[in-house]
Amino acid sequence: MDGIDLDIAPGERVALLGPNGAGKTTLMLHLNGVLTASEGTIEIGGTALSRNTLRDIRRRVGLMFQDPDDQLFMPTLAQDVAFGPANFGVQGAELEARVARALAVVSMAELATRSPAHMSGGQRRRAALATVLACEPDVLVLDEPSANLDPVARRELAQTLLDLDATMLIVTHDLPYAAQLCDRAIVMDGGVIVADGSVADVLSDAELLADHRLELPWGFTVHS
Amino acid sequence: MGGGHAHPLYRDGDSPVHRLPAEVKIVGLVLFVLAVVATPRELFWPFGIYALILIATWWVARIPLLWMLPRMLIEAPFVVLALLLPFAEGGERVGVAGLQLSVSGLYAAWGIVIKGTLGVAASLTVASTTTARELPVALSRLRVPAVFVSVLTLMIRYIDVLTAEARRMRKARISLVGSPLMLHQGGATAKGVGSLFLRSYERGERVYLAMLSRGFDGRVPQLAVGAGCAAPASARQWLLALLPASAAVLVAAGSWVLR
Repeated sequence: MDGIDLDIAPGERVALLGPNGAGKTTLMLHLNGVLTASEGTIEIGGTALSRNTLRDIRRRVGLMFQDPDDQLFMPTLAQDVAFGPANFGVQGAELEARVARALAVVSMAELATRSPAHMSGGQRRRAALATVLACEPDVLVLDEPSANLDPVARRELAQTLLDLDATMLIVTHDLPYAAQLCDRAIVMDGGVIVADGSVADVLSDAELLADHRLELPWGFTVHS
Repeated sequence: MGGGHAHPLYRDGDSPVHRLPAEVKIVGLVLFVLAVVATPRELFWPFGIYALILIATWWVARIPLLWMLPRMLIEAPFVVLALLLPFAEGGERVGVAGLQLSVSGLYAAWGIVIKGTLGVAASLTVASTTTARELPVALSRLRVPAVFVSVLTLMIRYIDVLTAEARRMRKARISLVGSPLMLHQGGATAKGVGSLFLRSYERGERVYLAMLSRGFDGRVPQLAVGAGCAAPASARQWLLALLPASAAVLVAAGSWVLR
């Protein structure tokens, strides 16, 4: 990656688009310091990412990974949701309240004592979202949130996401989903940013999309 | 965990044995197995009493004999070796149905078969009344180091994911080349095992990244939310749960005195 210069305002919902291997996931892993850049800085809400602020940044930036199975590793859903806040020092009644709130947001309170291993794809995706929401992040970074979801699960997830106040960066190939959820779109290819504008402008620019192996599914058009 | 999803060795139920916290069952199991192993194999009666203790436990746990017996076949591969001993061992010989068998070999085989069977039966008793998700909490209550507990937790969680992955790869292989059992496909099977290892390794890395992202710093946090887990065992529960094991220990001690 080179010369990435990106400024996202609080509360903005931004889609990060680009073909496979464009560097989207790599950029995402830089945002909470799991990967560190050889040059340049990352600032979240005025705090620069450094060794000292790592813990604080990881609390404020929640990453949801592409495969929910990577993110759900405890015996029960409630324990999985509690894992993040417990690491950040939340305990006792406050921890239980956090877990209950996060599960309520994704409408999964009644599954708290079940093992994530036995949930459907859509449930697992929402469970993974709950594990991140329980940390109460300011910024949510979602990697391909709509991948492998059936149409209903996809719509339900979109509704949940639209109800959240957090700043959102959605990494996706799913252009209609980006159009539905985001106001702004960024196109990345070969490790650099090649376009940045309103979602409608970017998605209606057929030439730009074609240059970067992106295209709207059959039957879709976006008007700027 | 719903019955349909649970492990094949677990039998859903609400008996007093099911309700006991897992840590007492683990301690009871270890004591029982130690008592069985410590019993001299030249005696026969103590093993009969051990079997009765187990059957009584099954009765309390409401596990039918017919449910338990087929599952005990896991033991079969180990017993095969024991069957060779009466032929292979040297020393004094005795004629049984026209065969000349070694006496010490017969005792050795008997010892392996009966102690193995009792051990398997006792382990199955615990497995059939304890869900996997209770184990990590139980082990940490027994002061097992946190690293082991978290390794075990992850293993329990991902064994299903890996089995599913292996099954998908097997299906893909079968649809390409037919029966996977044929010898000339050994190479393909071996490559499958290799790529399963790589995939698991990559998954391990991704899980670790996901854990780091949620503030993991090497220590598994104490989760106040022990959802679905029984409270730590009371003194009375310890006493009740250790009854079968203590009986076995008494029998083992008695067998040494009386022999």
